[in-house]
Amino acid sequence: MSAKRKTKHKEFFGLGAEAVAEGALLAGCTFYAGYPITPSSEIMEGMAARLPKTETGVFLQMEDEIASLGAVIGASLAGRKAMTATSGPGFSLMQELLGYACMIEAPLVIVNVMRGGPSTGLPTSPAQADVQQARWGTHGDHSVIVLSASDTQECLEMAVTAFNFAERYRTPVMLLIDEVTAHTREKIVVPNPSELEIYTRLQPSMPPEWYKPFQETVRGVPPMPPLGSGYRYHVTGLTHDDQGFPTAVPQEVVACIERQHRKIDQFFYDIQITDGYLTDDAEVVVVAYGSVARSGQLAVDQAREKGVKAGLLKLKTLFPYPRTATERLAPHCRTIIVPEMNMGQMSREVKRVNMGQFRVRTINRIDGKIITPSQILTSIMKG
Amino acid sequence: MAQVTQLIHHYLRHNKKFPHVLCPGCGHGIVLGSLIRSVHCLGLPKDDVVLVAGIGCSGRMAVYVDFNTVHAVHGRAIPVATGIKMANPKLKVIVFTGDGDALSIGGNHFIHAARRNIGITVMVLNNFIYGMTGGQCSSTTPEGGFSTTTPYGQMEKSFDLVDMARAAGANFVARGTVFHVRSLDKMVRTAIERPGFNMMEILTPCHTQFGRKNKYRSPVDMYKWMKSNCVKIGQYEKLKEADRTGKIPYGVFVERDEPGLEERYEALRASLRETA
Repeated sequence: MSAKRKTKHKEFFGLGAEAVAEGALLAGCTFYAGYPITPSSEIMEGMAARLPKTETGVFLQMEDEIASLGAVIGASLAGRKAMTATSGPGFSLMQELLGYACMIEAPLVIVNVMRGGPSTGLPTSPAQADVQQARWGTHGDHSVIVLSASDTQECLEMAVTAFNFAERYRTPVMLLIDEVTAHTREKIVVPNPSELEIYTRLQPSMPPEWYKPFQETVRGVPPMPPLGSGYRYHVTGLTHDDQGFPTAVPQEVVACIERQHRKIDQFFYDIQITDGYLTDDAEVVVVAYGSVARSGQLAVDQAREKGVKAGLLKLKTLFPYPRTATERLAPHCRTIIVPEMNMGQMSREVKRVNMGQFRVRTINRIDGKIITPSQILTSIMKG
Repeated sequence: MAQVTQLIHHYLRHNKKFPHVLCPGCGHGIVLGSLIRSVHCLGLPKDDVVLVAGIGCSGRMAVYVDFNTVHAVHGRAIPVATGIKMANPKLKVIVFTGDGDALSIGGNHFIHAARRNIGITVMVLNNFIYGMTGGQCSSTTPEGGFSTTTPYGQMEKSFDLVDMARAAGANFVARGTVFHVRSLDKMVRTAIERPGFNMMEILTPCHTQFGRKNKYRSPVDMYKWMKSNCVKIGQYEKLKEADRTGKIPYGVFVERDEPGLEERYEALRASLRETA
């Protein structure tokens, strides 16, 4: 999101959570429904103050997280860019409707500010323990996009990206940030709307009688008109044919599920976002995401000062797992270190795509404290 | 008859394969007919009507009609409808839901929608049983009623839907039955037309699941039961306390005229724009 021309930007000193709200509004979000939960409530409060002041903005506090995602899905069907934000226990409640959103291909954004778990766990402490839940939490085979942000400015940028991906691929997108990132106060530079590329879902160009709501297209993403626009169709969580009607015919079932996977898988190269820092010649690479990536960067700098060829691969896309970025490390890399605030969730992915090429070492922390640069440095120095 | 068929056909989807999933003798089709007649009578364009349904037999009805139709997940039809209405208040949002869907798994959403007075019409098709899953008891199965999960009789009390909606703050609360169709049509029409949260409880027989366990083996038995036990609210109030046992009053119970949440929200936005 580099500036195309020199313009004066609005800047403010704010929380990561406020940056998420700012980014969502920039991306065109006009609907928020949520339920208060620590440590994500600041996003909700930001939207509560700002949405009613916009032309068509709607903010709703629902009775629980299930209803919140339900309302967001309804708004999405009615043509809005809609979002919700939550934390661990609330995210668990949303899993049922998350699967529904995948099945009906509703574009929407769920922000999960991760705290320590399981259950009520550590409500005010950071963790990164919902990574695999974001990917596999809802039942059934489904394909989703999961993103992450490591600092306040990135919260804004990734919120915009989350909406863009949701609209472009007609899918729920999850943005995982941890408590530290959401509650860190830093300078936030708000880009001018003209500098941003904003996507809005494809609209049908054919007359309503020709429209098939779940028709196969080259991109695999069917156009999606808002309810009430003249394109009357059926939406169901049952496996459906291209008209949207329930089906149990094996070929139609396969077509329904395969397209939903393919529409994301075939644009893998567009979806995977990573930042490499000194990775070109790195022999020891730290693969990290969220606030841990910031500790990682400092540790890499310190290691370089000591003469160790260290690098950092920061993951902004968590799923589909950015496998090519890891594969590119191959010529020099000997060891990959995966520090994360859980018992080892992303390291599973790293090990999976690695297939024995590099040594994979994990640093896991589950005590509600952040992973420090010195912890990572010690691991890097082991080589 | 030909006219009625023509009307119904105008609102059915011609590209949807029939037969439908409902059993012969089921009352759900009568409710769907009532809805079609009401929409027609009110002159609502098909494009403006959104039918949101939950899971169960009532959930499967939306697919057959040529409106914007959304088949949500179990219990969550009302939140989805809330989102649709708030996103586009011009749409007429009608929810089809059952006793299990609206009162058990979706009970919390039901009372909160009534409390926030969101401008949707909720039609609860109450057949006292979980029909589609095979006849398990629901939160409206009468005390002592039999089902596959209460083989020795239901021990728990059942919900009174009308009382619940009234207490939660619904704008319009009515109960109808599929036996008394003329009054049902009238109430459905009112429930769709009015602003705010409108709740219609519609008693509909399920002889396949409820009847077979409770000595109403044929649809006719169930309709006879409905005929003899459901009385107009005016008559019900005249009955002595002792005679009221087993009788179910039908009619309009609550009529308030408070603006729906979506209207009040629009007013809020307008006032914030003015002060800005």
